[in-house]
Amino acid sequence: MEDIQNFQILWFVLIFILLLGYALLDGFDLGLAVLLPFLGRNKEEKDTLIASIGPVWDGNEVWLVTGGGALFAAFPHAYATAFSGFYPAMMLVLLALIFRGVSMEFRVNDPVRAGLWEKAFIMGSGLAALLFGVALGNIIYGVPLDDRMEYSGDFLTLLRPVPLFFGVAGFAAVLLQGSTWAVLKTEGEVQKRAFRAAGILTGINAVMAVIAFSMLAALFPLLSGNALFYLAAVMTIAGLTGLFFFVSKKNDAMPFWASSLSFTGLFLAAGSAQFPNLITASNDHNLSLTIYNSSTGLYTLQVMAVIALVGMPIVIGYTIFVYRLFKGKAKADNHY
Amino acid sequence: MDALILARFQFALTIGFHFLFPAMTLGTALVILISETLYLVKKDDVYRKITDFLARLLGLIFVIGAVTGIVMEFSFGTNWSQYSRMVGDIFGPILAAEGVIAFFLESAFIGVLIFGRKRVSPGGYWTAALLVFLGGHFSAFWIIVANSWMQTPAGYEINAAGKIVLSSFYDAVFNPSTVARFLHTVLATWITGAVMVSGIAGYYVAKGLHGETARTMLKLGIILFAVTPLLQLGAAHGHAIQVIDLQPVKAAAMEGHFETARGADVYVLGYVDEANEKTYGLSIPGGLSFLYNFDFNSEIKGLRAVPKEEWPPVNLVFQSYHIMVTLGGIFIGLGLLGAWLLWTGKLYNAKWYLWLLPFLIPLPHLAHETGWITAEVGRQPWIIYGLMRTAAASSVVVTAGQLIFSLVMFTLVYLLLFVMFILLLVRIIKQGPAAL
Repeated sequence: MEDIQNFQILWFVLIFILLLGYALLDGFDLGLAVLLPFLGRNKEEKDTLIASIGPVWDGNEVWLVTGGGALFAAFPHAYATAFSGFYPAMMLVLLALIFRGVSMEFRVNDPVRAGLWEKAFIMGSGLAALLFGVALGNIIYGVPLDDRMEYSGDFLTLLRPVPLFFGVAGFAAVLLQGSTWAVLKTEGEVQKRAFRAAGILTGINAVMAVIAFSMLAALFPLLSGNALFYLAAVMTIAGLTGLFFFVSKKNDAMPFWASSLSFTGLFLAAGSAQFPNLITASNDHNLSLTIYNSSTGLYTLQVMAVIALVGMPIVIGYTIFVYRLFKGKAKADNHY
Repeated sequence: MDALILARFQFALTIGFHFLFPAMTLGTALVILISETLYLVKKDDVYRKITDFLARLLGLIFVIGAVTGIVMEFSFGTNWSQYSRMVGDIFGPILAAEGVIAFFLESAFIGVLIFGRKRVSPGGYWTAALLVFLGGHFSAFWIIVANSWMQTPAGYEINAAGKIVLSSFYDAVFNPSTVARFLHTVLATWITGAVMVSGIAGYYVAKGLHGETARTMLKLGIILFAVTPLLQLGAAHGHAIQVIDLQPVKAAAMEGHFETARGADVYVLGYVDEANEKTYGLSIPGGLSFLYNFDFNSEIKGLRAVPKEEWPPVNLVFQSYHIMVTLGGIFIGLGLLGAWLLWTGKLYNAKWYLWLLPFLIPLPHLAHETGWITAEVGRQPWIIYGLMRTAAASSVVVTAGQLIFSLVMFTLVYLLLFVMFILLLVRIIKQGPAAL
């Protein structure tokens, strides 16, 4: 029994890493999309901004696909409960992801309706970013579950103030990722606007972080004895301090890394509050889905661990290669 | 309407639509790889133009495949939660492996293929084409593994709690139908690519557009169009024998045989009267037995070998299967005809044939769809053959009202995607390889 617990913990950590990877990477292209009307004033500027994510957004989204697959493989009950329980919200997520994906391609090939596809791109990206945050907020804050592990709330249950706040905090972090990516990949007027946006968003994120950390500490008293929670706080504080500094110094690259550090701190705080729960039951603590009562068998967890521990370093290797290939400032004519 | 029927409609709609795109992706990736290899070897700019043109098409195809693919990955949790809880041990790792081993690879390098021509050396670009080809085919492999496991489950045990647990990952992955179904499906995607490229190039040559580039593209397409359906004949035959052996009820439905018999007929076309349990049509006596093991007298199981509640909808399976087989025959004939025209040097002037080619583009898709209907409807009433019924697999908490909402949403959104895809495909084809 000891043995399977180690693998259940390992898979909690690996899924955490996959979702963090998704948040950081797709975070910057979703955030950039939402900021598009503020950062780009004309077609060329907007083309440049979109060109900065063109070659990489799809690979970024695979972190979500793989995270979903890993959740299915390691903790099928959590996958089944959340995805069927949050059905209407999940359908909206899919709708949002469909439109933000195809609109980039349609915008280029269908110039007549380019404005329309641009709106679909912005709204799809924004909706997806917001919904992911609200969903994560809900599984942390807790939702009502019955004794068959099924969700027993409704759509409005998902929109309670606390999960909504986590959604907004996540959204702010995603916007910050987007603005600092724009700082990294653009120059001239667009970059100036991106710096301004990053500065404002750093302030907003600082306020959000204070509330989020206090809220987590209040909701989960056990966190006061958890070293990871303090590490998370240090990361977020260091990230945001770095942002204030590097944005005022007009440094190109460092704001993105500082923003990623701050976002990672937020994620780590949420993860350390959540462990070992996957979906917290708000009605009766004993009904919560945990890594111990929701997992697949030891052999499946072992096979998966081998695939992940061999495969993911290779994936990360060629992902870095592709990012390096497209490094430097984005150009509007990169797109075909 | 009850929630189960709606969930099944939604799955059929979303998978049927999704499949159009990976099929084109794999076929196009094959032609790109061949063309880019020739560019690397011959250094002829014509091949670069062909690759760049097809890469542009691939960008459009791939993105729609990717966004509709996420819907499929979510669908097991959203719509089939009881199934997910039951098979997480086996089905989960297969989907996760698809992500780690395949989809990451394909997605990372498709960016290089579409945006990276000027950023990498010709050798680097060729490598990207190879990795996109491999990533796509690995992806197809894992998805076919997942589906094959539902057809011929292996490598599992049922534990004391009645749950399915993995006992051998290797046996689950290489279950008895994986290889046959993978070859059959991949060849079908190659035929799709061959016909699409031939169709586009045929149109260009017929209209006198794009000169040497169009003629080279047509030549590539026609050679593939001649070869792939012949290979498919072998792969399809192997798969059919495997179905007769391992899923006899499905095989009986495919040919409309009710009684177990020696010397079973094979139908060229026909109709199954399900109410009276009779099949009418044009058939070759003993044909099916002969095809099974080259013995006109071998025994083929009939539907009545199992209780009637374990039969799939027979006529639907029969008709789908026969449409697919007929299309396969048409592809073999027209592919060989094209090769003969090419061989005799008449191809570029055979206007009637060139004008026929673009109209063939939808046909491989029709073959895919009918093939999948045969495979999936033929497995009913089981979601996992012999182990779990579809009726016991759907989500507990998803209501009919929610399903009507999502079904309407997907219908409208996919209709929009389809219309846009056709419009933009036609636009890209009209712009052609000249501008590149």
